[in-house]
Parts: sequence; C-alpha cells; structure tokens
Amino acid sequence: MSELLSLAVRSAWNRRFVLSLVMSSIALSTFLLLGIERIRSDVHENFSQSVSGTDLIVGARTGSVQLLLYSVFRIGGATNNIRWSSVQAIAKSRAVAWIVPLSLGDSHRGFPVVATTGDYFDHFQYGDHQSLTMAEGKRFSGVFDAVIGSEVASRLRYKLGDHVVLSHGDGAFAANDHADKPFTVVGVLAATGTPVDRSVHISLEAMEAIHLDWVAGAPIPGTSVPADQVMQHDLTPKNVTAALIGLKSRAAVFGVQRYVSEYDGEPLMAILPGVALDELWDVVGIGEKALLAMSLLVAIVSMAGLVAVILAGLNERRRELAILRAVGAGPRQVLLLLALEGGLITASGVFLGFVLSALAVLLLGDWSASHFGIALHLHRPGQDEVILLAGLLLGGWVASLGPGYRAYRLSLADGLSPRT
Amino acid sequence: MSLDANRAAPIARVGAVDAVSLRGARFRYPGAIEDAILIDHFAVGAGEHVFVKGPSGCGKTTLLSLIAGVLVANEGVVALDGHDWATMSSAARDHVRADHVGYIFQQFNLLPYLSVLDNVLLPCRFSRTRAARAGDQGSSAAVRARDLLAQMGLGKEQAARAASTLSVGQQQRVAAARALIGQPALIIADEPTSALDEAVRESFMRVLLTACAEAGSALVFVSHDARLADRFTRHIDLRLLNRASSIREEASA
Repeated sequence: MSELLSLAVRSAWNRRFVLSLVMSSIALSTFLLLGIERIRSDVHENFSQSVSGTDLIVGARTGSVQLLLYSVFRIGGATNNIRWSSVQAIAKSRAVAWIVPLSLGDSHRGFPVVATTGDYFDHFQYGDHQSLTMAEGKRFSGVFDAVIGSEVASRLRYKLGDHVVLSHGDGAFAANDHADKPFTVVGVLAATGTPVDRSVHISLEAMEAIHLDWVAGAPIPGTSVPADQVMQHDLTPKNVTAALIGLKSRAAVFGVQRYVSEYDGEPLMAILPGVALDELWDVVGIGEKALLAMSLLVAIVSMAGLVAVILAGLNERRRELAILRAVGAGPRQVLLLLALEGGLITASGVFLGFVLSALAVLLLGDWSASHFGIALHLHRPGQDEVILLAGLLLGGWVASLGPGYRAYRLSLADGLSPRT
Repeated sequence: MSLDANRAAPIARVGAVDAVSLRGARFRYPGAIEDAILIDHFAVGAGEHVFVKGPSGCGKTTLLSLIAGVLVANEGVVALDGHDWATMSSAARDHVRADHVGYIFQQFNLLPYLSVLDNVLLPCRFSRTRAARAGDQGSSAAVRARDLLAQMGLGKEQAARAASTLSVGQQQRVAAARALIGQPALIIADEPTSALDEAVRESFMRVLLTACAEAGSALVFVSHDARLADRFTRHIDLRLLNRASSIREEASA
C-alpha cells in the first residue's frame, strides 16, 4: 500500500502540470464552497446578533417579523405608535430592569433616524453582549445633537461638528425637510456590523422639537417655531414607535410578554428578539441556500474535470500500466493506484482550498466588516464545514474510481502488450 | 562478495522443474473464430536459454502472454516453474508472475518518473519473494540492484539518474537488470534489441546472457533477427511450433 502510494505520488508528480490544473479547480470549488458557507454562517451570526441583551421588544400590535424589522433593522414603518404613558407603565413593572424607547420615521439622506434616550447607549447590545462604544465624540446632550453610526459617517464623510438636516419620513419630498432645525454631529459610534451603523441617533426631545409645528405629517403653515425657542415648549414625547426591554431575570420573560399583550391602555405586543430573528432568517435564508446550491454545482463540475483529465491521460499511460503489470502489479493494484491518485489530487485540492479560504478570511475579515458590515471570523471548522469537506473528499475520490475502473479494464485487456 | 553469491545461485536450481512447460495448449481470443495458439509440447528447462524466432503475426505476443499467465489457455496445460496457470485465480497469477517472471519489452521499459535504481527495484515492491531473494545474501535489495546495474555497465552515477535521461541502449540494460533482480525462474525478453543499433545490441546480448546464466534464470528470447540466434544453443521456430490454423493460413498465404 505505501509502495503504491509512493508510486502514485511520483507518477502524479510526473504529470504535475495537468494534474495541478485539476487540483486548482478542486481547490477553487472548495474555496468557493467554504467561503460561501463561512459568509453564510457569519452573516447568519451577525444577523442573529443584531440585537442582544434585549429580552423583549414592545410595539403596537402587528406581526412579530414586522416589529423586528422596523425596531431593529429600521426597515419599513410601524402601523401604529405606542403611547408614552404605556411605556412608563411598563417601565414601572417590577420585572423590568430597563426600557429604551425608540421613535422612528424620519431619515437623513436615506439613513434612518432613531430618537431614543441616553439609556440606549448603556443598554443596547449586539453580537455577544457587546455594548456600543464611541469612535469619537460623545453622546447627545443638547436637543439638536446627533450621534451617527459608523457607516453614516464614512459614507457621507461626516465629522464632529458637521450640521445635518433631517427629513420627515423617507425624505422623498424635499418640502418635508426639517431644514429650520439643523442638528450637529457630536458623536460617531464605532462599527458594529448591525443596523446601528446606518442610523442617526437623536434624543426623543429632539424628535418632539422638530415636529412641534407639524400636524399629521406636514408643517402647519404660519406656526413655525424657531429652533431657539423650542425649549419653551414641553418636549416630553407623546408617542414612541417601539421600546426595547431588559428584564431583571430572564425567567420573567413570558410573564412580562403576557402583561404587555394584555395591557389595558392600548393594544400592544411584545416579541422575543431571538425568536423573531429566526423567523425572519427563514425568509431571507432562501437566497443563501441558492448560493450554496450554486457552489455545489461548481464543485460537481470540478469533479467532472478531474474525471475527464484522468480519463484523457489514461491512454497515454497504457504503457506505464503495462510496465507495472510486467513487474508484478495486478489489475487490482492498477485500480488502487488510480484511486490513490484521484484521492491524492482531491485531498490536496481540498486542503489548498481550505487554506485559501482561511487566508481569505484572515486577510479580508476586517475589510469585509468595515465595508459590508459582515464580520468574518476565523475559527475551527464547524460541523457544516466538516460535512462539506468530507463530501468533497468523498466525491472526488468516488469520481476518480471511474477512471480507475477504466484503467483496470484496460490493463486486463492489454496485459503486457499495450496497443499504443 | 556479491559475485560469489551470484555464482552460488544457479546451483540451487539445477534439477528443478521446467521453468516453462506447455502441453496441448490451445488458446482462442474471445469472439475470434480461430485459435491463436495450438502447441502440443514446449518446455524450457530451469536455467535454459531458448531463442524463439517468429515474424509478427504468428502468435508471439499471445504465447508470451500465456507463458506469463496474463492469458490463460482454453485447453491443455501452461505451467511456470511447475505452477499451472489455469488452476490459479487472477490474483494468484499476479502473485506468481511477480515472484517468478522478469519481463523485458521491446522498448519503453522504464517508468520515466523513477530513478534508474528505483526502476530496477520495482519488482521487489510487488514481490516479497524477489525482494527477499535480492536481499538475502547479507545485502539489501538496493545493493543487489547496484551490482546488477554495474554488471550491465551502468555505474553509481547513472543509477541515481532519472530513467528518462538514459539512451535507449542503456534503458534496455536497466530493463534487463530489473528483470533479473530477485532471480526469477524465467526471463521473457520480447524483441529487446529491435530498437538498438548493432554495436549496442552486441554488448546488450553479451551482458544479458551472462547475467541470466549467473542468476540461473531461464530465458525465453523472442526475436525475428536470425543473427542473434548464434548465441543460443536451442532455437525454436514459432511458425513450426504453433499449429493453430490461423497461423498456417497466414504462413501459406
């Protein structure tokens, strides 16, 4: 066996140019499969870690996925707001440790505006219970202070002290700008890889202030309140869009959820972020499955390449096989030799692809995190990857049995006198 | 020291069974309408050298395949060193062939990706018997292989080279050394000199015959070149030996 292996290695080395092409194609398909699997699992992980440390999300009654979409991902709008009094009532509940109200709906050049309290910076967590940190500047303190996410800062090239004008709604209608009350950037958050990076954060009071002279989504003509006079008004919010809740003990989560859904004042609902995230992933995960299917096809094509190259080379090797037969190798050993060769090429291709994908993650991880918000991590291959790798190895080896069997037949037919 | 060992070897084989024996052997290729081989009696004694003359088309390749156990006769007995091929499984035939037969092709004998020395040692990879025989005289098989190469006029420097860098004549000598390693009962040489020019052919024949004699191996030397026959005491004309109808028709045509 080891004798045959060394023969297989030396024979393959003799044909290294062609075989290295096949090996590269297997390496590439391994790279592709592992890369897609890596991105998929890291995207999934990032996605499922968009919010952590939050036990419940409260909002007006709607679908749980929709509530998650607008409260965490800032996609779409709320069907209804919740009253400030409701938020205060829930906050008084004994099981509740903290509550962070969110008021959404405005935007700045396509980036969502999130009005919240200072508690947001203390309690909002993402990833593995990581808290938000300031890349530069400080939290908002004045009414017209804004804290922007890292992507907002990099895409719009904002720095501390810049003035920004918020738009009402999605900003599609220029007359809806809050141009009379510009905000000043006082802080930039560090990148998180979550929707926070794309958000402009202001205080709830600011949200109230820019809408003082508005009714039903439009400015009231002739009643403009100048920016310097807003403090004379009561800026306590009347409504918010949603609220994040942290509990003193996770054991109370279902009790609080029931309490919220049975709240007398108005119809409310509370969702567990993890459960809703999983529901949402089921929907968006289809694309990722398609990607995986594509790269599986690529892998199959490269296996077919392996078979084609070994088969094509077989005719030229009839002499070699006859020599082996003449010095005592049986047809079975010829078959084994070819199978070893296929296994070797597959194994080295898969190994190369594995190293390549690890290198790529190592080298591109930071870049991908800062550009796409996808943090790629290098870690020991998980179960899915091990299955993929094993599948590739097995597939390549089984594929090489085809040419091996052909060589077996040839060497049976040729005996010691190859017809070449 | 190795020379003494070589001389000692043939003595052990004297009086042994015939290296090759065919009795009433008939072979027809599957699907063919006529026999390719029909031989009443043919035997090569242990250590005997036989020159088999035959133009192409008289069943030469088929006969050699039968003797080497790659093909099995439909009828009759084809035995090597007393082993009847027909009684063996194909795996057993591979085994016996590896142990008892050295084969020299017309040309392209060597695996180009192995060194000359490794080419010579190839049979030892597939046959423990030959590996043991090559190494059982107190020296390793590699030492024996170097001795054989030296006997063939190939030095240490050439032994380490890639087989593909040798001239055709040198390659044939390496093939002879390979066939001889581990002292198989039978060496089959299938027109080994046809690719060689005259001067090279002469020296090749000389070293081959000497080495076979020293190793005590029987030699079946096939060639259509009658000039080589002088070196052999026993000559066989395959056209006369093989009574298969297909050959007779071809011969008379």
